[in-house]
Amino acid sequence: MSEPSKPQGRKFQLPEHLKIYKNVWVIVEQERGIVHSVSLELLGEARKLADKLGVEVGAVVLGADSPDLNRICGDAIGYGADIVYKVTDPALADYRTDPYCRVMTEVVNTHKPEIVLLGATTLGRDLAGAIATTLATGLTADCTELDIYADNRSLAATRPTFGGTLLCTIQTLAYRPQMATVRPRVMAMPERDDARTGRVIEIQPDLREEDIVTKVLNFIADREQNEAQLAFADIIVSAGKGLGKVENMKLVFDLARVLGAEVGVTRPLVQAGWATNDRQVGQTGKTVRPKLYIAAGISGAIQHRVGMEKSDLILAINTDPNATIFDFAHLGLVGDALKILPALTDAFGRRLSINRMAG
Amino acid sequence: MHIVVCIKQVPDSAQIRIHPVTNTIMRQGVPAIINPFDLFSLEEALRLKDKVGARVTVLTMGPPMAETSLRKALSLGADDAVLLTDRKFAGSDTLATSYALTSAIQKLAEEDPVDIVFCGKQTVDGDTAQVGPGIATRLGFEQLTYITKIEDLDIASREIVVQRRSEGGVQVLKTKLPCMITMLEGTNTIRFGKMDDLFRAARYELKTWSRDFTGAEEGRVGLKGSPTVVSKVFVPKPRAEKAKMIVADADTPDAMAAAAIDAIFAAQPKLAGDLLARAAAGL
Ligand SMILES: Cc1cc2nc3c(=O)[nH]c(=O)nc-3n(C[C@H](O)[C@H](O)[C@H](O)COP(=O)(O)OP(=O)(O)OC[C@H]3O[C@@H](n4cnc5c(N)ncnc54)[C@H](O)[C@@H]3O)c2cc1C
Ligand SMILES: Cc1cc2nc3c(=O)[nH]c(=O)nc-3n(C[C@H](O)[C@H](O)[C@H](O)COP(=O)(O)OP(=O)(O)OC[C@H]3O[C@@H](n4cnc5c(N)ncnc54)[C@H](O)[C@@H]3O)c2cc1C
Repeated sequence: MSEPSKPQGRKFQLPEHLKIYKNVWVIVEQERGIVHSVSLELLGEARKLADKLGVEVGAVVLGADSPDLNRICGDAIGYGADIVYKVTDPALADYRTDPYCRVMTEVVNTHKPEIVLLGATTLGRDLAGAIATTLATGLTADCTELDIYADNRSLAATRPTFGGTLLCTIQTLAYRPQMATVRPRVMAMPERDDARTGRVIEIQPDLREEDIVTKVLNFIADREQNEAQLAFADIIVSAGKGLGKVENMKLVFDLARVLGAEVGVTRPLVQAGWATNDRQVGQTGKTVRPKLYIAAGISGAIQHRVGMEKSDLILAINTDPNATIFDFAHLGLVGDALKILPALTDAFGRRLSINRMAG
Repeated sequence: MHIVVCIKQVPDSAQIRIHPVTNTIMRQGVPAIINPFDLFSLEEALRLKDKVGARVTVLTMGPPMAETSLRKALSLGADDAVLLTDRKFAGSDTLATSYALTSAIQKLAEEDPVDIVFCGKQTVDGDTAQVGPGIATRLGFEQLTYITKIEDLDIASREIVVQRRSEGGVQVLKTKLPCMITMLEGTNTIRFGKMDDLFRAARYELKTWSRDFTGAEEGRVGLKGSPTVVSKVFVPKPRAEKAKMIVADADTPDAMAAAAIDAIFAAQPKLAGDLLARAAAGL
């Protein structure tokens, strides 16, 4: 991204006592030993910001002590952290707002980072809103771009509002740390570098389970259910209202099966009961970044667009040559999705199996 | 039981248009609605009222015209409504907004202690999802966001069991009142108001509260009390080129499909390789 234009509006001077805040932090999100990829994406982004500021990258890893947690600390260094704050306590095994918020407030107040980044996930948004309040600082939500204002070294955080129709750049004036959440799959995944080294600082907070009001009774993992895993799919075949009726959803699932793809939908389809809401792509659904996004019978409304426009390659199929989706798709096919989807399924099937025989 | 539901009046984002020359939002004629996600929370509050009995107060901070949203909530079955309105609140970010709303909730609690605060998951204009957590933290309430289901509420023991969506699954949580809850969308259908509630809503005398009245400190609301500042607003850059149209020799679906696959493989050779490898592995 080019240098952001100078901040307009109020001038500010950072108070002297806030000038000691240094380093760019990422709160690494892990659930049951699985690190959320947005945290790794953020480490790559934090690395760029820290290099511009000439400071270090810190990763905070919280959880119950375990080999998994140690592996995640190693991952954090491989993906760009110089320092890992490894915060362990049995009470941190599952995410709960209160203990996580208490511990993070203390760790931030002790080590004083100037920027703190979290994923705009259910965990990240829940925790960020709480700690921004206890730290009495600014928090910019759901960012899609981060940069540093060269003249005053402050964070320029750009985010969509009004459902993506507008972007705005927000800065946090005379407060530290500057906090932001970032949507998954918006920042590129950095390469892991196994040669990188970093230091691990172990922190054992003073938590007592009996002081924590909220208890986790159960956890039902999606892996054991049958939830769509849209956020991590390489290929997504998505359907819109143009499919006409629920029976035609089969055409989308057929193509998806041949491609090993996930199926996505627009919101009207969820509302009509054609698909469950874990498949919805867009402002109020999932943000996706597959290598290939096939949009069949989708008009390209802004609320859908914001969820999928970062896809590497977008192929749109629509009967209307003037459909909005052709303004931002890479490849366009004017035609009837009800006929083209089965033709694609056949043709992909043939090409892939022919090559299989030849190879 | 006293339940407070925070609702925000927002412009209907589906109808927002951008001025082609000045790149500003054209608000004229854009209808103001209750933030859609707040309706899910209001519905849940009303369901608790039906089930265990409760007083439901709706609270909004906004300009005087936000009154219409409060009346709408009353017509759906809310018992009381508070409009927190004051020029001094203008320009509040989420830290200042949650502070102002908390001051009003504390004022309400002086009369009748508050057991549950409901907020929407997020708004459709600001979209931050930060106000609910801000309120919970300030009130010292247990914070329950992205709730898909309230499984159980036991008034005697003041215990509540909920299902919470997390990234990798569903957490079943048990906690105690008081708490702040945000509901995930699409979990229940929103009711139609009853006739007598409609009449009551029209006649209801709103409580209109100023900053002075709630005792919120002046330096902590409005622009002055907001750490974040919007320094630039702009329209997303349209992608330079439009889609490359795939034209097939013949107008048949098969010819179009073949041309589409050629175009995909040409644009994404690596993807083609991955697909072939996957097929070869028999997946
Ligand atoms: C607060 C809010 C949040 C929202 N969030 C989301 C969200 O997260 N995700 C989302 O998707 N939407 C969301 N929406 C809805 C969004 O505004 C649009 O209404 C929606 O994306 C349109 O869906 P669609 O493209 O499937 O349908 P339509 O707009 O009805 O488009 C159907 C398209 O199919 C084409 N077509 C018709 N027949 C055929 C055929 N046989 N073959 C090929 N093409 C055909 C038509 O030309 C048309 O372009 C939201 C709206 C609001 C107000
Ligand atoms: C372009 C733009 C970008 C902005 N970006 C940011 C940002 O990144 N960070 C930031 O701190 N502020 C930001 N703001 C300010 C923010 O919109 C306001 O603080 C707003 O009052 C609350 O935020 P929200 O709409 O995102 O609410 P959310 O936190 O998304 O709302 C969640 C719930 O809180 C309740 N609620 C929220 N506002 C009210 C209200 N006024 N009355 C009653 N209940 C309410 C509702 O139940 C709602 O569903 C931005 C404002 C603009 C104009």
